[in-house]
Amino acid sequence: MRKIAPVLLLILAVTLVSAADRPTGQEILRKVDDNFGADSKVSESEMKIIGERVTRTITLRSWTEGTSRSFTEYLAPAREEGTKMLKLDDELWIYTPQTDRVIRISGHMLRQSVMGSDLSYEDLMDNERYSDVYEAEIVREDTIGDRECWVLNLEAREDNVAYHSREIWVDQERFIPLRENRYAKSGKLLKYTEIQSVSRVDGRWYPKRMLFKDVQKGGDGTEFLIHEVSFDVEIPSHILSKASLRK
Amino acid sequence: MIRFLLKGILRDRSRSLFPSLVVIGGVMLTVVLYSWMMGFEKDIVRANASFRSGHLIVMSKPYAKNFDQTPNDLAYLGAADLLDKLKQDFPGVTWSPRIHFAGLIDVPDSSGETATQGPVIGLGADLLSDNSIEPEVLNLSEAIVAGRLPSRPGEMLMTNELARRLNVALGQTVTIITTTMYGSMTSFNLTVAGTIRFGVAAMDRGLIIADLNDIRGGLDMMDAAGEVVGFFNDGRYWPIRAEQITNTFNESVAADTNKFAPVMMTLMEHSGLEPTLKMYGYVSGTLVSIFVVAMSIVLWNAGLLGSIRRYGEFGIRLAVGETKGHLYRFLITESALIGLLGSIVGTILGILLSWYLQEVGIDVSSFMKNASIVMSDVLRAQVTPTSYFIGLVPGLVATLLGSMISGIGIYRRQTSQLTKEFEA
Repeated sequence: MRKIAPVLLLILAVTLVSAADRPTGQEILRKVDDNFGADSKVSESEMKIIGERVTRTITLRSWTEGTSRSFTEYLAPAREEGTKMLKLDDELWIYTPQTDRVIRISGHMLRQSVMGSDLSYEDLMDNERYSDVYEAEIVREDTIGDRECWVLNLEAREDNVAYHSREIWVDQERFIPLRENRYAKSGKLLKYTEIQSVSRVDGRWYPKRMLFKDVQKGGDGTEFLIHEVSFDVEIPSHILSKASLRK
Repeated sequence: MIRFLLKGILRDRSRSLFPSLVVIGGVMLTVVLYSWMMGFEKDIVRANASFRSGHLIVMSKPYAKNFDQTPNDLAYLGAADLLDKLKQDFPGVTWSPRIHFAGLIDVPDSSGETATQGPVIGLGADLLSDNSIEPEVLNLSEAIVAGRLPSRPGEMLMTNELARRLNVALGQTVTIITTTMYGSMTSFNLTVAGTIRFGVAAMDRGLIIADLNDIRGGLDMMDAAGEVVGFFNDGRYWPIRAEQITNTFNESVAADTNKFAPVMMTLMEHSGLEPTLKMYGYVSGTLVSIFVVAMSIVLWNAGLLGSIRRYGEFGIRLAVGETKGHLYRFLITESALIGLLGSIVGTILGILLSWYLQEVGIDVSSFMKNASIVMSDVLRAQVTPTSYFIGLVPGLVATLLGSMISGIGIYRRQTSQLTKEFEA
């Protein structure tokens, strides 16, 4: 017994020290938010929608200010060129040159697919910081490729969210959610995302290529490739206004 | 003998009036009931063929499986080639591609902002080609309430009820918001050329019809079609021919292993009407049979009453030497004449009433407000060749059956007792 006691004490001490070193779920979530968040962001990206019958590629340019204001202009293909979307707080408008109309997207229309991709308008509206909406708990550790991850279980604090719970794999070093499963209140898996490559931009790790998959939709998902992104750039005020939709 | 019997029937009302009235009433009701059921059946078949299934319908296999969801993402690609093949292989049928869709209609105010919005179901059909059968098949000229049929691209028809609910005026341009074949949200403008009313509650609530090419452009469905419907050139549905064509086509594409390979279905198969109409046939047959039995019982009773009333007459005739067999045959022949005359009069009256119901119908729209079946809300009868002789069956059979049963009493009379009966 005398010989075993010091070993047990040592194990206990190591366990306590490592537990004290490990951040809590909420702290990890805040670091993810800090890594992704910026006062403003301008990006040019490409959506490759891999459908059951055809694969379509759509290019777009986006301006984002904080979590509540964003403007997106679709650049290609010809059918989508000139289509613009504006998000101001809880409201979303879309302009199509074919109709020359600005239409507010609301209600069940928010659940519609954006350009046939695996993302919905609701997903686009979902720019809130994770840590403001969800309560996080570390459930285990896992490895994706060669990256060590914490697996967090997120439970929404309120009911009025698109996904009641999420399971995210956060890179322990880069604080990027490399994988994410999104669930309905019933516990049914609705969508999953995978970050397939990352790059270092302005001192932070940011996704370069992602896969979104709506499990209720056919096809192999939507690949999102970010060609360019710059953070904390000044966005002219006229861009984030309804007037810019028709310009 | 027939002349003698006819004179008796016409001059002695006590022996013919009641049985004749029963036969006339029964035959008239049989004719009306039959014509009414034929009208109902024809209405259902016509509405389903015109708006839903055609006489024949070709779709991609997965689209056919999920037809009720109008899954345009599963629509058939290469519709032009398919159409050419169908036209070449089955010249007795006129083929026409269609696209069904669901979405929202957004009505702008004077500044272009949304004034009203509402759900809509849409149909894209060939409205503008010179040789298109669609305006006739869909009965658009009859359905027009205000305005006119679309005459150029970008125009559409809207049900009168929808236009009233959304406060849309003729000539106004509205935006349709829906989903493309590839799942993308899309919007496109159409101008209201006219308003329509089909008298089918499920459609009149919120339907728009536009030219196929406009819908193809809006839904990103160039050279695609949700379905290609076919109508027999004479406008009538021929079940056996439809089945033969379906089998021939499906055998010709059986080797196509593509997930989206086409499949053809008949109207009955696709609309699910076959079991319904079979059941309908059984029910109508049973009703007519019950009617015959009920009339036979009534006429049997009438015969019994007649026998009692004519007890003395039969006694005298037996007493003067007429045989029981002759008397029985006399009674049967007399009944057959009454049945025939009653059936003719009953059929004439039944046809007149059925014709009235065919032309005017009965408006049941107040019961159909929330109905989702494709069925006219004015129920009409349909006078068919069968209507002219369907009443003869119960009219003659029931009269003969009634007389044959009641006439058996003649054989129970004892000739030896007749004198005593007369004395009494």
